[in-house]
Amino acid sequence: MHARADVSSEQAAETAAIWPEQIFAILQRFDVRQVPYVPDAGHSQLIERVLGSSSMRGIVLTTEEEGVALLAGAWAGGQRGVLLMQSSGVGNCINMLSLTQVFRFPFLTLVTMRGEWGEFNPWQVPMGSSTPGVLELAGVKVLRASHPEEVGEVMEAAAGQAYNACTPTAVLLSQRLIGIKVFVK
Amino acid sequence: MSKETRPNLLDRRAVVASLLANRKGTIAVGGLGASTYDIAAAGDHDRNLYLWGAMGGAVMIGLGLALAQPKLPVVVITGDGEMLMGMGSLATVGLQKPGNLAIIVLDNECYGETGGQVSHTAGTADLVGVAKACGIRDSFAMTTMAEVEAFASTLADVTAGPRFANVKIDGANLERVLSNRDGTFIVNRLRGSLGFQPI
Repeated sequence: MHARADVSSEQAAETAAIWPEQIFAILQRFDVRQVPYVPDAGHSQLIERVLGSSSMRGIVLTTEEEGVALLAGAWAGGQRGVLLMQSSGVGNCINMLSLTQVFRFPFLTLVTMRGEWGEFNPWQVPMGSSTPGVLELAGVKVLRASHPEEVGEVMEAAAGQAYNACTPTAVLLSQRLIGIKVFVK
Repeated sequence: MSKETRPNLLDRRAVVASLLANRKGTIAVGGLGASTYDIAAAGDHDRNLYLWGAMGGAVMIGLGLALAQPKLPVVVITGDGEMLMGMGSLATVGLQKPGNLAIIVLDNECYGETGGQVSHTAGTADLVGVAKACGIRDSFAMTTMAEVEAFASTLADVTAGPRFANVKIDGANLERVLSNRDGTFIVNRLRGSLGFQPI
């Protein structure tokens, strides 16, 4: 990943090491095997853990909709997966999300949010603002975690309903949680 | 040169029938449109994954299957229009290098399902070149039935991939052979054939 100056508030920096580890542990426990992603700074720690894991396969994509289709194929072949992306990528997925209803497969995505909570870049705001609505219209249930201490229970609920009840689910990881990207010259 | 006078345009149904004639455990993914009808015409099978939508997603569905079932051959059979929409997925496959994945594009250089409007492959786009440049080294064009039959005989080799073959086919619209289109049934039937129970 290219270098990014997204060191955020001290609070986020202090807790950064904990909640991505919780997510990783829950994904492991649910026997998640395929982890397609389009890189995002907010997912960087989790992506590193996935790429270093012997049971999970990290699969870098050229566009997020590839990940929806990949997970449909993974399910057809007997494996669970999770799609990691940024809010801007949700818009790229819309038609492909039809697969979640047509195949009724256990779709789970973790979406790091941009375009909210002190956003510097106006280009992130339109898609970030419509992300929950777009997902809901596409038939995906939306859960959100905004504070480090709630990530674990939100993830647990999301993974449970996705994998046990084949309920397409997105977890929005708030910009407040991840920290605001700082742009420096 | 018009399509009618170009040589070596193969019959799509004959190509797909040949590919799947001795499929054994092979999983076949059919891209939206005529490719799905071709697979259905070759004979319904519990390891056929027919797509009636999700345009641009056929190769990625094949990749997810191939990674989940590395000991089984997975063949994606799709059209040029569907492949053009998911061209980035060739870069993703090139990076993952699944040995058990083969991608066959039935290239009629047009969008046959919507009235025959010409596609990019009728002009400047070369899908074999794209696949090669994306890291799928074993990418080639097949122009004769003998080549198709030779390829079919190696389909079961799960270490040979990823492979990509472009087949220029006759543009004639053939009678539709409609497969089952209930996605939940299709995917659960495939899962059942692999030994997975419904939830």
